[in-house]
Amino acid sequence: MKTKAVIAALALCMASLAQAQTPLKIGFLAEMSGLYGAPGQDQYDAFMMVVNANGGKLGGVPVDVLKEDTQFKPDVASQIVDRLLERDKVQLFTGVTYSHIMLAIHKKITDKEVFLIGSNAGPAQIAGERCSPFFFTTSWQNDQLAEVVGQYAAQKGYKRIFALTPNYQAGKDFMAGFKRMYKMPLLDEVYTPLNQQDFSAEISQIQAAKPDAVYVFYPGGLGINFVRQYAQAGLKRIPLLNTATTEGINLPAQGDAAIGAVNGSFWGPDFTNPASRKFVADFEAKYKRIPSQYAAQGYDSAMLLSSALAKVKGNISDKKAFQAALKAADFQSVRGDFKFGNNNFPIHDMHMFEAIKDGQGRLTIKTIATPLKAIRDSYADKCAMK
Amino acid sequence: MNWSLFAVQLLNSFQLGALLFLLSAGLTLVFGIMNFMNLAHGSLYMVGAYVGAVVAARSGSFVLAAAAAIAFTLLAGVLIERTLLRELYARSHLDQVLCTFGLILIANEVVRYIWGPFPLSISVPEALGGTIPLFGQNYPSYRFAIIVAGLAVALGMYLLINKTRLGMLIRAGSGNADMVSALGANIKLVNTAVFAVGAGLAGLAGLLVGPLVSVQPGMGEPILILTLVVIIIGGVGSVRGAFYGALIVGLVDTTGRIYLQVGLQQLFERSIAQAIGPAIASMLIYVLMAVVLAVKPQGLFPVKNG
Repeated sequence: MKTKAVIAALALCMASLAQAQTPLKIGFLAEMSGLYGAPGQDQYDAFMMVVNANGGKLGGVPVDVLKEDTQFKPDVASQIVDRLLERDKVQLFTGVTYSHIMLAIHKKITDKEVFLIGSNAGPAQIAGERCSPFFFTTSWQNDQLAEVVGQYAAQKGYKRIFALTPNYQAGKDFMAGFKRMYKMPLLDEVYTPLNQQDFSAEISQIQAAKPDAVYVFYPGGLGINFVRQYAQAGLKRIPLLNTATTEGINLPAQGDAAIGAVNGSFWGPDFTNPASRKFVADFEAKYKRIPSQYAAQGYDSAMLLSSALAKVKGNISDKKAFQAALKAADFQSVRGDFKFGNNNFPIHDMHMFEAIKDGQGRLTIKTIATPLKAIRDSYADKCAMK
Repeated sequence: MNWSLFAVQLLNSFQLGALLFLLSAGLTLVFGIMNFMNLAHGSLYMVGAYVGAVVAARSGSFVLAAAAAIAFTLLAGVLIERTLLRELYARSHLDQVLCTFGLILIANEVVRYIWGPFPLSISVPEALGGTIPLFGQNYPSYRFAIIVAGLAVALGMYLLINKTRLGMLIRAGSGNADMVSALGANIKLVNTAVFAVGAGLAGLAGLLVGPLVSVQPGMGEPILILTLVVIIIGGVGSVRGAFYGALIVGLVDTTGRIYLQVGLQQLFERSIAQAIGPAIASMLIYVLMAVVLAVKPQGLFPVKNG
């Protein structure tokens, strides 16, 4: 009898030991190489900085982060998710840089009741009708990046605004977001072909129109080209308001041409709260570059996961408990105040940042305004969750 | 109608035309004289841009970068022509396309391997960094310099083709290469020279475009497509056709997309114009090419034979 008890106790010990040793498998999906890879690389670097600083653990729970490059292709992303779910038995996904990738995999993951903690793409559909209790994000809802600029433009009293974006879904969404807050009619609204790199004709139109300000959404390489050509035409005297154009990722390539341009986002490296200060110092020391907003998002997602995993002691199979732990958002976000709305998107402040040169001659951004405080996204009402 | 703005848009069109001329002059000669479809022309443009970017960054001199870009692509052209392409002259166009398409893929990967996937940039040379007041606007001096460079090359090509012995051989070769060979001229040397000059011009175009747009892997393909449209519209084998074709494509693409939008906004309500305008604008030059192929398939300014 006693032997059986001892054996049973030992078995229990082994089982719980084994459970504690088996790391939690996390699938990190992003674009991390190639032309579209800069934001995803920042998301990943910041996330892993937290994991490595805690000895390969989040919230005291050992994690095994499987890094997968979704290559900007929705079909590839879909196949990767299938493989990670079936073969590698991944229990949690995070990352996801681009909206078209998110839209391809969001339903697939959440239908299986697997958790998806996004740290970048926030398309309107998953903030609205397609919201899910298994999805949380530490970034923003896409439109907010444009809405804050529209609000700022209205507050500054610009009357004549010339707006340009590339002619694809994201461009149209950001233009709509800008107009939602700016409300006045635009001087002109130009949609350029997505592969057009030379904006000579559009820039001449801007010069002739003499607007009070220009609003653009030109991400990545398009943004580098536009800002440089804009400066070459001597147009820097006209304020350049933008979404995702003069931001951390592009600033080094744009150089002096970007100085003075004004960008809308939820976070900047000059924030004074202790969480942000520590994040920026650690990131710069480790990676020798100023973190972008994408890194801040990745960092917050790691800190969110740490807090939630600690609460459930690594047991995410109790889905209700893990949902509650995530929803509590019991962590210090680098953006300051943070809480989740009904659709699991953050309710936070949105700010405007001006591109400047810092003391070390590097291009960076400084906070100049906070036009939207504690704002909920515009699609939360369409979400059925309370 | 703002005529000053129209004049500025014409300048922008000429600037695009100048770049397209640099690329299409070489490609049209290669296609016309050697009957060779060289898709890797865009890759030579990219290589010129990269060499220029690296030399400009190291030396700080734009002139040195230009010399290096032209010299490198010229030599690369000689090398590729002698080793690889020479074997393919007798083969079908499809084989030539397959081979040069392979060169495109190799070039993109090599460039990505050496310099990474992120865009490089070339700084505008100091002397050309400002603007010139033209037609009521501040026109970037650098863009104006590209127009001047294009005109200089056009003049040079005119002199080369019409006033030199090599030019005479080129003109004869574009009519009947076998006869030229039978008459004792070294057609192989002519071919190499033509290919090399074309490559050097493509490299120069790549360098000139560097300060405007980013230098990145795959930058050659979009411009290659425009170049093919130019030589089809202008007439294959004709440098005159390349010149006028480049002007026409520059005009239709640059001025066309702006004034199409202006026109649409007069006719339709703004939101409709904004929905259809950009779509039609991207199609304009291809529609033009289709019309030219239907009406005058040999091109608008074909080589005059006999």
